[in-house]
Amino acid sequence: MQQIFNFLIRNSNRLLFLLLLGISLGLTIQSHSYHRSKIISSANFLSGGVYEKINRINEYLNLQAENDELVLENARLKSLLFNKEDTSKLPLPDTIKGVKPADIIVSKVIHNAYSTHENFLTLNSGSNEGVKPDMGVINSLGIVGIIDDTSPRYSTVVSILNMKSRINAKLKKSNHFGSLTWDGKSTGFVQLRDVPRLASVRKGDTIVTGGQSVIFPEGINIGTVETIYQERETSFYVIKVKLFNDMTNLGHVYIIKSKDREELINLENKEKNE
Amino acid sequence: MNSALLVNIFRFIMLLAIQIVIFNNMNFLGYISPFPYILYIILYPVNSNKAGLIISSFFLGLIMDMFCNSGGIHATACVVLAYYRPYIFKFSFGLSYEYQTIKLNESLTPERFSFILVSVLIHHIVLFVLEAFQFKFIWDILLRTLFSSIFTIITSIIIIYLIKPNKR
Repeated sequence: MQQIFNFLIRNSNRLLFLLLLGISLGLTIQSHSYHRSKIISSANFLSGGVYEKINRINEYLNLQAENDELVLENARLKSLLFNKEDTSKLPLPDTIKGVKPADIIVSKVIHNAYSTHENFLTLNSGSNEGVKPDMGVINSLGIVGIIDDTSPRYSTVVSILNMKSRINAKLKKSNHFGSLTWDGKSTGFVQLRDVPRLASVRKGDTIVTGGQSVIFPEGINIGTVETIYQERETSFYVIKVKLFNDMTNLGHVYIIKSKDREELINLENKEKNE
Repeated sequence: MNSALLVNIFRFIMLLAIQIVIFNNMNFLGYISPFPYILYIILYPVNSNKAGLIISSFFLGLIMDMFCNSGGIHATACVVLAYYRPYIFKFSFGLSYEYQTIKLNESLTPERFSFILVSVLIHHIVLFVLEAFQFKFIWDILLRTLFSSIFTIITSIIIIYLIKPNKR
C-alpha cells in the first residue's frame, strides 16, 4: 500500500501530465468527427461576448465596404423590381418561388476564421431568435455555411471553407449535381466533386445550390466554374469553383429558416419507424 | 512568493488577451499567424511548482481552443510543452540549470535563444499535426510549422523586450 502511495507521489507530475494530455487529446479527436464536442466552442457566454466587443470596433473600420455592398444590393433589387421577368414563359414546376418557403433571420458575423483546415464563424443571434442547428446561412452574394451549434445569444457556423462541410450543389444551366467540398488550400475557391461526365461544363458557368438539400432552398448562388479536371480513380469531374463571396470579409448574413425541414424530417422518421 | 503568483496571473490574462484580440487576426499570407501566448509557459519561473505549470498550461490552451473553435489542439500542445520544459532547459543550459538563476528576460544569449526556439518548435509541431490530423498534409504541416515558428519567435522576442527594458 505504502509503495503505491510512494509511486503516486514520486510520479505525480507525470500522472498529471498524462491525465491532462488524455483529456485534451480526447477533445481533439472528438472535434474531428462531424458531431463535435459542444463544450469547447465559441458560442458560449465568455468567448461570444468578447468577440462581440471586438467586432464592434472592427465594424467601424469596414463601414465603407459594407455600405458599398448595400448600395450594390439595392441597385440589384431595384433592377429586379423594374425589369420583371415576362410571365409568358412557363417555368418548371419545381422552381416556382414559394414551393420551398423559407423565413429569414438577419444576423451579423462577429468572428470569422479562415486560416485553418476546419473553419467556423460566430454569429450574434442564437436560439432566442429561433436559430437552430443545421439551418443554412447566406448573404447577398452567395452561401456562407451551415449552423453548427447555438447558445441563447450566439451561434457557430460551419463555414463552406471547412473540409468537413458537404453541400449539395448543381450547375445552373443543367441539373447535374455534385457535392461541394473544400480542399483546405485557397480561401477563394471550393471544389464541386462527383459531377457526372455527361454534364457539359464550360469555364464561367454558374454553380448554384441544388434542390436535394433541406438546408438551402434551390438556386442560391455559389460561384463560377474556374477549371475542370477528371478524377483518376472515379472518372467523375471535379470542378474548381470560384466563389462569389469573399469569405475573408463577411458582414451581415441571413439565416434561412426552412419550414419544410421539420415536416420532411418527421416524414422520414415515420417511414423509418414503420 | 505572492508577487510571483500575481505576476503569473497577470501574464496569463494579458498574453491571452493580446493573442485573441491582435495575433489571431493577423493571418499573414492567408494562414500564418504567430502564437506568442506560449510565452506564459516559457517565462514561468524555473524552480516553482511544476504541477501548477502543467495545470495552468492546460487551461491556457483550453481557453485558446474555446476562442478558435479547435477542440483541444492548443490544450494538447501547451500541456506537452509544459511537461517537457525541464528537458528543454537541460538541453539549452546544461545539466546544472536548477542551481543557476536563469532569467530569460535579460539580454539574449545563444542559450536563451535556443531555449525559445526549441520550445516554440515543439509546441507548433504538435499544434499543426493535430490541426490537420491527416498524413497527406505532411508538407502543409511542415510549411506552416516553419513559417509560424519564425513569426512566433520574432514576436516573442519583441514582447520580452517590451515588457522588460534593459536596466542601465
